Amino acid sequence: MQLDLRTISIKPLRQTFGHLARRMGADKPASRYIEGTMDLQPVENFHYRPSWDPDFDIFDPRRTAIVMKDWYALKDPRQFFYGAWVLARARMQDAAEADFALVEERGLAAAYPEAGKAVVRSVLLPLRHLAWGANINDSFIGAHGYGIAISQAATYAAMDQLGIAQYLTRLALAFSDIEALAAAKSAWLEAPLWQGLRRYVEDLMVTGDWFEVLVAQNVVLDGLLYPLVYDRLADALDASHGPVVSLLTRFQSEWAGENAKWLDAVIKVAAADSPENAEKLAAWVGQWRARALEAVAPVAEAAFGAEGAAVLAEIAEDLSRRLTKAGLSLGASA
Amino acid sequence: MDMKVDKKLGLKERYALMTRDLAWETTYQPMDKVFPQVTYEGIKIHDWNAWEDPFRLTMDAYWKYQAEKERKLYAILDAFNQNNGHLSVTDARYINVLKLFLGSTPPLELMAARGFTNVGRHMVGAGPRVACLMQAVDEYRHFQTQVHSISNYNKYYNGMNEFAHQQSRMWYLSDGKSFFDDAITAGPFEFMVAIGFAFEYVLTNILFVPFISGAAYNGDMAAMTVGFSAQSDEARHMTLGLECIKFMLEQDPDNLPIVQRWIDKWTWRGTRKLASVGMMMDYMLPKRIMSFKEAWEMYFEQNGAALFNDLARYGVKVPKCFVQTVAEKEHVTHQSWIGFYMKPDSTPFHTWIPEKDELDWLSEKYPNTFDKYYRPVLEHFDAQEKSGNRFNNKTAPMNCQVCISTIKFNDPDDPMKTLIRSKTYKGEKFHFCSLHCEEIFDAEPEKYIQAYISSHQVLQGNCAPEGVDTTAPDFEPGAHIAAYWRLDKAATGDFNGSEDQANFAAWRRQATSN
Amino acid sequence: MTANAFIAFQKNEESRAIVEAIVEDNPGAIVVEQPAMVKVDVPGRLVIRRATVEDKIGRSFDLQELQIHLITISGHLDETDDEFSLSWLS
Repeated sequence: MQLDLRTISIKPLRQTFGHLARRMGADKPASRYIEGTMDLQPVENFHYRPSWDPDFDIFDPRRTAIVMKDWYALKDPRQFFYGAWVLARARMQDAAEADFALVEERGLAAAYPEAGKAVVRSVLLPLRHLAWGANINDSFIGAHGYGIAISQAATYAAMDQLGIAQYLTRLALAFSDIEALAAAKSAWLEAPLWQGLRRYVEDLMVTGDWFEVLVAQNVVLDGLLYPLVYDRLADALDASHGPVVSLLTRFQSEWAGENAKWLDAVIKVAAADSPENAEKLAAWVGQWRARALEAVAPVAEAAFGAEGAAVLAEIAEDLSRRLTKAGLSLGASA
Repeated sequence: MDMKVDKKLGLKERYALMTRDLAWETTYQPMDKVFPQVTYEGIKIHDWNAWEDPFRLTMDAYWKYQAEKERKLYAILDAFNQNNGHLSVTDARYINVLKLFLGSTPPLELMAARGFTNVGRHMVGAGPRVACLMQAVDEYRHFQTQVHSISNYNKYYNGMNEFAHQQSRMWYLSDGKSFFDDAITAGPFEFMVAIGFAFEYVLTNILFVPFISGAAYNGDMAAMTVGFSAQSDEARHMTLGLECIKFMLEQDPDNLPIVQRWIDKWTWRGTRKLASVGMMMDYMLPKRIMSFKEAWEMYFEQNGAALFNDLARYGVKVPKCFVQTVAEKEHVTHQSWIGFYMKPDSTPFHTWIPEKDELDWLSEKYPNTFDKYYRPVLEHFDAQEKSGNRFNNKTAPMNCQVCISTIKFNDPDDPMKTLIRSKTYKGEKFHFCSLHCEEIFDAEPEKYIQAYISSHQVLQGNCAPEGVDTTAPDFEPGAHIAAYWRLDKAATGDFNGSEDQANFAAWRRQATSN
Repeated sequence: MTANAFIAFQKNEESRAIVEAIVEDNPGAIVVEQPAMVKVDVPGRLVIRRATVEDKIGRSFDLQELQIHLITISGHLDETDDEFSLSWLS
């Protein structure tokens, strides 16, 4: 049936759903992010306890030491519901695709100097395993976080990390270097350079407090490693050998900046909710940052030689500034 | 980097590097601590790498294709909303399909998102982990696009605006809630059989394909677009479910009896859940595309037979409930609709007695049962309604302890008899709608005694809205139930005479007059 | 009796070409049109060949693009760069 409808103006009975009108304090249209996020996770009348963890309800705020008056205050400033997330990533993917195509067409990888390739092999490629570890840890947050605001953002981050692991794999393929992937994997498993980082992510795989995992993996570790590798090292390689690595890792660099905005907002709101939260978050940052610095130090050295320690110290200072701005009181060692 | 490799790696080789090769055996923490959920169900896995995702989708391609789908979908939604597309549906009764859908489906998609995130975290192999996590984000997509498409209807019609509040409180939504609560509280392998296999592979076609084709047939471009767009992810999900079953069965012969018990359990639980979907097809779509019975035959009996014949080589048998579902396909939709019609004060959607030509259609589609058992009941209710004596059942329903359906389905051997089975466990009496539900209970009684049954909770005084003193001497259980549900009076009862009916007629007149 | 493998697509310009390719490559294909969707059944094994689709569609085609238009499938899936197939073994 094809109805010929004139465009008419009809007065709606209401502008939005009841739970959103109550949350916003007014019956007004809500964004698609708000409609797809707020107050939708079940909070009551669960039928059964999880067989894999019978001490908790299916959704249970007691799975972290952080306490929030409103779990939906942990909003994502990027307003990522699925559609917005996937469109943002597809735009970045388009750019990455064009970059990979350019490198291939111009033969830039083949012409890349051996000194640069050696750094790519030894510093960049093992990071695909680290990103896989981050995927496991972020999916843990997605599986146990409380409220859709945090659990959907963490699940998207898990997929982003998988994408990053795959972009690093493609980077090796762009250099026609499958054997380097095998060497990078054994380095990840055995070389002393990587054992601190591997222990760090493996320890997080058995850490039960999902908010602690968010802090240790996403805020602290990514907050140190991404600027070190995808800003500093990529810039240094470009300066010495021409702009190939920064092209092939543009996704990671752009992603880290965007992701940090989300994390800063989450930390800021959680810390502002109570002094206990602020104290707990600062303690986690202090404890995991010390371990992360120790684990990342050999990577900084592999990337920058004797200057590695100074570069890392600068990045650590940037991270402390970010977190202080988000409302955490970090100790003097910051 | 001297070795020159063939740049055009095949899909399979490339995918192995992109997934399986990323994973490693942890050593600083033992693997069984990192992946603690995969052993306690008794499923034996010897080689996680034997699991291959045949779609072999990497994130770059995933983002690209999913973004294309999302762009199309939201462009159509925006256009539909801008042009008052809601006025182009066949008639306003159709909108009640969306009310039932909004209450029952997006909340379950959200549970699926959570469940697949958990399984995606806990599976050991890279293949299943990646496929499960992709399904997890797809499920976020489904619940959000469903909410977004119905959001505009909510602005103009009653009964949708409290779906978030009602998802855990409304009596008739507890069967779906118990279904997903049951799956998500099970271990990861059972979850995969429950949702990935029994629901996605065996049953979801019946939920989506005829229902969405029905939406298209009834002029609802928004629901059609969202539905089909969601369905485009479903092929991946179905494949994951089937691969999981094959994987478990190929890994160890000891897995067969466990998997068979889950297949029997979850096919039955899913069948019960779909009774209300069938009711939408047979009673709520003003223009019908096929009967529930026809859909059941096409998607369950024929397709299911192909599937189970194929799985027979592993020793898998057709689900135990198969025969009963075939017998019930001619009854359940009628019993469900009549059940809802009889409770006009208790649902946020309207009910009605079908028009004469619609009753004739049902007679034709259900030649063995409709004229004999159900048409007389509907005609009787119709006469009662017209003489000002509308039937109204004000009592709380009795529910099955396992599937939480109201006990209303007939004995498979006698259509005139409601089936109810009861038993005492640890001094307490429990009731079941079927032998299958009773068997599910018997296998895990400590799980099913936990079930939340809303009619019991009401009588225990637990379903009072915030601010009501349940200890007051004059407190009457059930008196506040509509407030506990936030049930809008305008959304309840008969479609005839409803605000929706009047508004739709007036707006449509306005939009079609010159 | 050999069971049917099947596939269903949303109706649009691309899926029209894909269905045409399936019919050409699968003698015995049965096309069923429904509102807004089209379903193709083939006894035993259904195959979609990239080359045939490209021929019908007039451009290069990645079989993963099928996912944009898919509604449902039945059968065991196998996908390579050149072929997408669904089959029942029994």
